[in-house]
Amino acid sequence: MWPAPLRPIAALGHLSLEIVQSLGRFGRFFLQAAGYTVIPPFKLGRLIDRVHFIGFRSLTIVVLTGAFTGMVLGLQIFLTLSRFGSEAYLGPAVALSLIRELGPVLCAVFVTGLAGSALTAEIGIMKITEQIDALQVMALNPIRYLVVPAIVAGIITFPLMVSIFDVVGILGGYLVGVELLGLSPGTYFGEMKTFVDWSDLMTGYWKALSFGIIVPWVCTYKGFNCGHGAEGVARATTQAVVLSSVLILVWDYFLGSVLP
Amino acid sequence: MIRVQGLHKRFGAQEVLRGLDLDIATGEIMVVIGRSGGGKSVLLKHMIGLLRPDAGAILVDGTDITRLRGRALDRVRERYGVVFQGGALFDSMSVWDNVAFPLREKSRRTDAEIRERVEEKLEQVGLGGMGDKDPAEISGGMRKRVAIARALVTEPEIVFFDEPTTGLDPILVNTIHHLIVDLHRKFRFTAVMVSHEIPEIFEIADRVAMLHDGTIVEVGPPEAVRGSAKAVVQQFIRGDVETVPAEHGGRRETR
Repeated sequence: MWPAPLRPIAALGHLSLEIVQSLGRFGRFFLQAAGYTVIPPFKLGRLIDRVHFIGFRSLTIVVLTGAFTGMVLGLQIFLTLSRFGSEAYLGPAVALSLIRELGPVLCAVFVTGLAGSALTAEIGIMKITEQIDALQVMALNPIRYLVVPAIVAGIITFPLMVSIFDVVGILGGYLVGVELLGLSPGTYFGEMKTFVDWSDLMTGYWKALSFGIIVPWVCTYKGFNCGHGAEGVARATTQAVVLSSVLILVWDYFLGSVLP
Repeated sequence: MIRVQGLHKRFGAQEVLRGLDLDIATGEIMVVIGRSGGGKSVLLKHMIGLLRPDAGAILVDGTDITRLRGRALDRVRERYGVVFQGGALFDSMSVWDNVAFPLREKSRRTDAEIRERVEEKLEQVGLGGMGDKDPAEISGGMRKRVAIARALVTEPEIVFFDEPTTGLDPILVNTIHHLIVDLHRKFRFTAVMVSHEIPEIFEIADRVAMLHDGTIVEVGPPEAVRGSAKAVVQQFIRGDVETVPAEHGGRRETR
C-alpha cells in the first residue's frame, strides 16, 4: 500500500497504464483483423451478409437523412447568400458542403447509430451466450469470422452510402432552392460544375473509406470486449456509438486538414 | 488420453485451481462433480483451450495443449466436440444450419453428404424434422439436444459436456443423460462431463472426480466415490446443509 501522500500519484499511474493497455488491445485487435483480411480463407458468404447488414439495411435512413440535410442546407445557404445577392452560388455551396464534409460525417454517424450499434449488440450477445467460444472450439477464428467481414463490408458500403447521401442531398437542395425559392435549374447545376472538382470528390471518398474502417472496427471491438449480462451488452453498445462518433469527428478534422 | 498435471489458475485474488491433477482414459465417461462456482467450468475451459493456466500442463495424447497456439491448437480442437452450458447455438441460424455449420466450415464434404449427416444426427437426438425451427422457437431440452447433435456431427474423438442438464426438469435430465450414454455406446468417444446432478450422474459415469477447493479430492468408479470416507465428498453427495458464519446470515443449503 502506498503512503497517503503518494496515493493520488499511484492512482494516476494506474489510470495511465490502463489507458495505454486498452489502446494497445484496441490496436492489436485491428492489426489481427487487417492480417486476416489478406490471408485466406475468405468468408465470402459472411461478407455478403455483412454488406446487407451494414449497407442495405441502412439505405432508408441514408436516403431520408440525406434528403433533409440537403433541404436544410438549401434553405439556410440560400437565405445567407441572398443577403449578399449571391444566390447563384447555392448549387456549389450545397454540393461542396455535402461532398467534402457533411455527406461522409453525417452518413457515418447515422450508420453508426443504426448498423454499428446492432453490430456491437449482436457480437456482445454472442459473447455472453458462449457463441464466440463455440466458434473457437470449432477451430474457427472469431476475428476472421465476425470482424473481417464487417470491416470489408464497411469499406465497400460506406463510399456507396455516402454517394447516395450526397446525390439525395444535392437533390434536396435543388428541391428547396429551385422548386420552392425560385433559383433557375441551370444556375444550380451549372455553377456546381464550375466549382466542384475531382479533389473535392476524392476528399469525401477518403473520409467515407476511413469511416468504413473505423465504425466496424470500434463496434466489433466493443462487442468482443463487453461485460457480463444484458447490462454489459447495453454499456458496450453505448460506448461503441459514442466512441465511433467521436473518432469520426476527430478523424474528419485530421483528414480535412491534410487532404487538399 | 487426457492428462491434467498440476493445473493452477488464479483470477485476481481468487485462486480457483490449485495444482489440479486428473487422468481421463480414452473412451470413458468421466464426470467431474463439485459445488457451483468451484472451478469445474474453469477446468473444462482449460481442457478445450479457452483459458490458459498460470502453471501446469494438459496433455492430450502426449501433446501439451497449454503450449499450443493458432493452427496447432486448432488441429487438436478438430478432434473435439463441445456442448456448452446454454447450448451456445447460433441464433442467426436455423437448427439445421447450426448442426451443419461445423461440417460446412471445416470439412470438404459435398452438400449431399452434409445433408445426409445432419439428418442422421438430428434423428439420433430425436429431433428429426425439426431442422427448420429457429433456436428461439424450441424448448431448453431441445436446445441441449441440438447442441449435442452439433457437437457430434463431426464425429469427434473427445466430447466435453459443460453441465448439459442445467435448468432442465428431472425427466429431461434423465432423457439427456440416456441420450449421451446411447451416443457414447454407439460412437465410443471419450466424454468429459462437468455436472452437479447428484445422484443421476452415478448411473452414467464410468468414473467420477470430485473437485473441491481447487483440487481433485476423490476420483474413481461411481460406487467408490459414493462410498468415499472423505467428509467433503459425503457432504456434497448428501447435499448436507453447511454452517456459515453468523455475519453471512447463519445457515445455508449446499445444494
